[in-house]
Amino acid sequence: MRPSVDIDAANATAVERMMEAHPVLVGLGRALDVIPGMREDLLLHAGPPITWERASGPLRGAIIGALIFEGKAHSPQEAEALVTSGAVHLEPCHQHSAVGPMAGVISPSMAVYILENQAHGNRAFSNLNEGYGRVLRYGAYGEDVQQRLRWMHDVMAPVLGEAIAASGGIDIRALLAEALHMGDEGHNRNKAGSILFTKALAPHIARAAPNSDVAGEILQFLGDNALSVLNPVMAACKAMADAAHGVEGSTLVTTMARNGTDFGIRVSSMGDRWFTGPAEIPKGLYFPGFQAEDANPDIGDSTITETAGIGAFAMAAAPAIVTFVSGTPQDAINATLEMYEITVAEHKYFTIPYLDFRGTPVGIDLRKVVESGITPRVNTGIAHREAGVGQIGAGLVRPPLDMFLQALVAVAEKYGFA
Amino acid sequence: MSNVLAEIRSGAYYDSVVLMQLQRALVELPGVEDAGVVMGTPANKELLEQSGLCTPQVEAARPDDLVVVVRAVDEAAARAALAQIDHLLARRRSRETSMGYRPRTLEGAAKLLPEAQWVLVSVPGRYAAGVADQALDLGKHVFLYSDNVPLEEEIRLKNRAVEAGLLVMGPDCGTALVRGVGLGFANGVRRGPVGVVAAAGTGLQTVACAVHRLGGGLSHGLGTGGRDLSDPVGGLTARQGLAILAQDPDTRVIVLISKPPSPRIAGEILAVARDTGKPVVVHFVGLDPAQLASRFPGIHVAPTLDEAARMALEQAGMAAPPEAQERDPARERLAAALAKAQPEQRYLRGLYSGGTLASEALALLRGYLAPLYSNVPLPGGMALESPHHSQAHTVVDLGADEFTVGRLHPMLDNELRVRRLLDEAQDPEVAAILLDVVLGYGAHPDPAGELAPAIRRARDRAGQEGRALAVVAVVIGTDRDPQELDGQVARLQEAGAVVFHRHDRAVQAIGSLLAGRGQGAVSPSHPAEAWEPRSDASSSTASGPVPDLSQPVAAINVGLEIFAETLQAQGASVVHVDWRPPAGGDQRLMGILARMSGSRG
Repeated sequence: MRPSVDIDAANATAVERMMEAHPVLVGLGRALDVIPGMREDLLLHAGPPITWERASGPLRGAIIGALIFEGKAHSPQEAEALVTSGAVHLEPCHQHSAVGPMAGVISPSMAVYILENQAHGNRAFSNLNEGYGRVLRYGAYGEDVQQRLRWMHDVMAPVLGEAIAASGGIDIRALLAEALHMGDEGHNRNKAGSILFTKALAPHIARAAPNSDVAGEILQFLGDNALSVLNPVMAACKAMADAAHGVEGSTLVTTMARNGTDFGIRVSSMGDRWFTGPAEIPKGLYFPGFQAEDANPDIGDSTITETAGIGAFAMAAAPAIVTFVSGTPQDAINATLEMYEITVAEHKYFTIPYLDFRGTPVGIDLRKVVESGITPRVNTGIAHREAGVGQIGAGLVRPPLDMFLQALVAVAEKYGFA
Repeated sequence: MSNVLAEIRSGAYYDSVVLMQLQRALVELPGVEDAGVVMGTPANKELLEQSGLCTPQVEAARPDDLVVVVRAVDEAAARAALAQIDHLLARRRSRETSMGYRPRTLEGAAKLLPEAQWVLVSVPGRYAAGVADQALDLGKHVFLYSDNVPLEEEIRLKNRAVEAGLLVMGPDCGTALVRGVGLGFANGVRRGPVGVVAAAGTGLQTVACAVHRLGGGLSHGLGTGGRDLSDPVGGLTARQGLAILAQDPDTRVIVLISKPPSPRIAGEILAVARDTGKPVVVHFVGLDPAQLASRFPGIHVAPTLDEAARMALEQAGMAAPPEAQERDPARERLAAALAKAQPEQRYLRGLYSGGTLASEALALLRGYLAPLYSNVPLPGGMALESPHHSQAHTVVDLGADEFTVGRLHPMLDNELRVRRLLDEAQDPEVAAILLDVVLGYGAHPDPAGELAPAIRRARDRAGQEGRALAVVAVVIGTDRDPQELDGQVARLQEAGAVVFHRHDRAVQAIGSLLAGRGQGAVSPSHPAEAWEPRSDASSSTASGPVPDLSQPVAAINVGLEIFAETLQAQGASVVHVDWRPPAGGDQRLMGILARMSGSRG
């Protein structure tokens, strides 16, 4: 039987949808109210599906912290019992139109950003960024973490939600395009984007806050955190990737995500099926006092940025951070040039000044990955393997090649190419 | 005001320099009077209004929005201009930004050097067809150096290429000259009126060097690969080559060089060549010229490669005086050297790096010497029992497959030849050793540096045993080759070699002088096999468009890095691909990928 799908055409459709997706931050909501399929007994997490037994330290810590935050558990043991007994379920963020950095745990009462793709109508969600140090996304769950989470939800979220609504929505695609011209790559470096984000909201926060002290606290919290915009950016990328998902015959990779144990991908034409391989330890630079032995395997949904054509794929736009991943500015250029070899398009809206405003490489084609043996580059933070220690470095990681081979064979079997 | 039209793009961010360039480009379009390309801030909108570039759409634009507005002589012109936005935004300068990056795939390389029309393929044979297919997918000509490409793949590739108006030169194509730029192993040859179509090994190099030496030049030297003129392939590439040369205004004379083709194809190809209306000089190595001349009046049949070059220039009106044979000083030196040989020194040992040259030597020698052995399958030679051991008169092609598996070609590495040379020198029955020394881009940077000391040692060893050994070196090269022709010749002569530039003269001199050494001349003991070209063949031409070779050569190199360096040395643009076998060489995945590839699924 001669296969009837035109893969090139399918990929062209999928990548066009990815680029034309137009995610706008329209508001904040409670996870239980806004995330499709969210339930009282459900926790969402980063990466492909996983059980408590196989979960790494940071993910376990974040699960514990989220259940304490929800008031469902008062100790790590209680939290563990809830999950292992089946009273609380774990499902990937990605299966609920959501993404979260690092452990990526989203619990029912958490506030989440709502991104709306104005081109295709789909929505995507992400949690709020807590800043640095001992934070839930790195698996910390102590009282300091709980206090910050409560402040974020009780004090900041209402004001932020009102400010976003009053702004008429923040066009994250345009913000990202501008940030790429200001030295960000949208994954490890979001300094410029966070400033643009804070600047856009500042007047509305000032008006929405009950008093100037609260306005000042919120503005300082957002302004001090160079990752403030990371979560809305990730949700925007998720909205783009989801727009490209589900195109019959397409070999485009629409999800790359890690749960701290496995790296997983999903492919446009293969529905909810995950293809997974072991997550690796990133190569990079460690903060003083830490080394590779302390590192957790790769974790987080933030690889959605690379999936959508920024992050490591836009490294040539962000030469300032190459020393962080131990390299020279030429390495930054080369990183982006290499990614053109496994992608099907150059982005219409995200461009790189140094490459003469060439569009970023976008739309990872499984076929090109398998043919060339070049796996996608990922810029990433490095988590300590123990819950709650936090970020201990940053670096570069690549997903294992084998899951791309599995995915290719699966697509070939589905469409009669095998 | 329908002659003012705007397009609003929300969510697009562009650098202001890009916006300015787009604005300028729009103003240059036909019928456009004015254009504005700005972000939709209040201040910008005010400026647009002052320039008469405001529409309700523009007024409604938000600060995030990209506003593109044009005023033209009429609505159609305005629409046409707006339709160009994406094209103008995508227009980029050629990339100087690729420094330091080595692409891993052909596609990646093509993005770095979009103007490349050529892909040079020298990867292992089993991958070569796949790479060639990708090159054709990208609309590029292929120089296919790889050998061991299956015949059916060659036919498939060439049919694809013919349909698309592209060339596949090869497989097993070692050299080509396109607009004066050498691909693969090629000599520095000036441009001129002679266009050559050849299988493309040392035959083409010999003709090109001879044309250059005689003051002429080449328009193109196009390779076909050794099997092109066989029945199954049907001369697909040769026909394209002839069509290119027929159309090319710089080509005044066409030279066709090949080993003896299939009689059917030869008839067809010669008919095509004759129909070009340009003078045609043909040389089929090893074939009796008289057989052809009688059947194809109007075709100039050359007896040797060097003569083909001379006759071509004659036809081009660049009167090349016949080079006097009797007063050839090299021949005189050779005669003097052989006069000192002992009576039992009777035999010739030809140690070749070039396959076509070995064939020509065999063809010429069979009129003089017997018994004559070789590893080259050509009528006139008897097969050597082992290619590693000479017998009586021997011509051995050291570039043949049996010598090059896992070893560099002798044009790149003379180690094997040096050893063989010293062995032959020990043989008391050997009177003369004949070497070809091929210069040019891609070849060894200093062959005389390897060969001259070996020649000296070989002659000294023979001398110690009371024998005078003649060593003849035929240097195929030009004064534009990177090795410096004069220096190479001088060093070979200093080592005691007799140096010829014309291969045919060297072989004829050796043949006649050795034949006269007490053995008595032999009548041809192995007459050429019957070979009957059909002179009534129709001149059906290749069906696709004629390949376009009018652009300056820019190329992507996949495989041997030396071919990239060679192009760079000639000033051509080239990107080298850091190639690995697709899917890590996994056959099953390669099959799936081939079936899933858009154009071949």
